[in-house]
Amino acid sequence: MNKRPATARKLGLLSCHDCYLLVEAPPAHDHCRCPRCGAALHQRKPNSLHRTWALVCAAIILYIPANVLPITITSALGTRQADTILSGVIYFMKSGSWEIAAVIFIASVFVPFAKLVLLVFMLLSVHFRSAWRPRDRTALYRLTEMVGRWSMVDIYVVTILVALVKLGAVATIEAGPAAVYFAAVVVITMFAAESFDPRLIWDVIEEDI
Amino acid sequence: MAFSRILQILCATAADSRPLPEKKPAAAPLGTGRPNVVACHDCDLLNRLPAGTGATLVCARCGAVLRKHRTNSIDRSLALALAALIFFIVSNSFPFLAMKSGGFIQETTLLTGVRELWEQELYGLSSLVLLTCVLVPLAQITGLLYILAPLKWAAGPAPHAVRVFRLVQEVAPWGMMEVFMLGILVALVKLGKMATIIPGISVFSFGVLIFVMAAAFSSLDPPLLWDRLDLRR
Ligand SMILES: [Zn+2]
Ligand SMILES: [Zn+2]
Repeated sequence: MNKRPATARKLGLLSCHDCYLLVEAPPAHDHCRCPRCGAALHQRKPNSLHRTWALVCAAIILYIPANVLPITITSALGTRQADTILSGVIYFMKSGSWEIAAVIFIASVFVPFAKLVLLVFMLLSVHFRSAWRPRDRTALYRLTEMVGRWSMVDIYVVTILVALVKLGAVATIEAGPAAVYFAAVVVITMFAAESFDPRLIWDVIEEDI
Repeated sequence: MAFSRILQILCATAADSRPLPEKKPAAAPLGTGRPNVVACHDCDLLNRLPAGTGATLVCARCGAVLRKHRTNSIDRSLALALAALIFFIVSNSFPFLAMKSGGFIQETTLLTGVRELWEQELYGLSSLVLLTCVLVPLAQITGLLYILAPLKWAAGPAPHAVRVFRLVQEVAPWGMMEVFMLGILVALVKLGKMATIIPGISVFSFGVLIFVMAAAFSSLDPPLLWDRLDLRR
C-alpha cells in the first residue's frame, strides 16, 4: 500500500485545470473555484468516461455517411460529377499527384479513423483497469489530441474550391452532404479527445496496487 | 466540455464584476505551504519544481512537459502579438487567390468561401470555417494584447485579464490557420491543371501570420502570467 506514488489526489489536493495551482480540496463535494484564476475546480474532468463514450459513438455513426456520400459536386459544361473523399484520393493518385493523394488520405481517412480506434482503445483500457504500459497510453492520448485538427484540411479545400470555381456557365463546385458529416466527425472527435481525462489511466492502476 | 467551459467563462465575465475570491472562499490555496510543487496534468503525479529558472520540467512518470522557461516572455509575446494583429488585418483586407481561366478572372478574399457556403445554405460549415480561421485567431491575438499590454505599460493587469487568459487558452485548439494553409496548397494543386491560380498579397501575409502566431504563443510563459494576474493580489 505504501508503494503508491504521491499524486495530488492521494494527498487530497486539486490541481486547477486552467492555471495548475494546487489547492486543498474542500471537505464537502461542493463546487468551488480556483483562488488564483477563478476556474471551477474538479479533481478529474467531470463525467469524463460517459461523455467520451457518447461522443465517440456519435462520431463513429457520422463517419459512415462522411465517407459514403459525395463531398463535392462539380458541374462543368452540363455534366455533374459527385466526388467522395476516397474518389478524390483515387483521382489524385491516377493523375500522378501522389503527395496530395497521401495528404488527403492521411488527413481525411486515416487520422479520423485512427483517432476513433485509439479513443475506444483508451476507454476500454480504463474500463478493464488495464495496467499495460500507462506511459505509452498517455503519450498516445497526447498524440490523439494533437493530430485531430489536421483532419479539417478537406473542409478547407472544399471551402476554397467553392469560392474559386464559380465561372458561371463553365464550371461550378458545390459542397456535398458529406462535407457536413465530415466536419461533424472532426469537431466531435476533438471534443471527445478533450473530454477524456488521461489521469484515469493512472488512477485505476493506483487503485489496484 | 470545451464549449461549456467557454460559455462558463463568458457568462461569468458578463454577469458579475465582483472579485471572485470573496465570492467562493471555500478552497484554501497551497501557495504558501508548497509553492514549488506542481501536479502533472496528464497523470496527477506531484513534481517538484527545479530551483533554478532556466530548466525545463518533465513529469517523472509520464513524460509530459510541465514547465518550460522563457526569457523576456512578456516583451516578446507582446511584440509578436502586435505583429500578428498587423498581418491579420492585411490578410483580411487584400485579395487572397484569383483564378484565371479563359477570359474569366475570379478573385476571392479570405471570406469568399465562408459567404459561398452560407449561400449554399450550409450554415454550420460556413460558421465553422469562419470560427476556426478568422474569429478564433482574432480572439487569440486581441486577448493576448489585452493581457500583455497593461502588464508591460501600466501598473497592474487589465480588468478581467484572468478570464480573458483562460478564454485564450480554452479556444486555442480551435484556431486552425495552419491547417487552412495546407488546404490552400491542396486546392492549388487540384485546380492548377484546369486554370491559372494567382496568389494574392493575403496568402503571403497569411503564411507569415501563422508563424508569428506560433512564435507569440511559444514565447508565452503561462506560469509567470498566472502569477502576475493572480486574483488574490
Ligand atoms: Zn486556477
Ligand atoms: Zn505525468
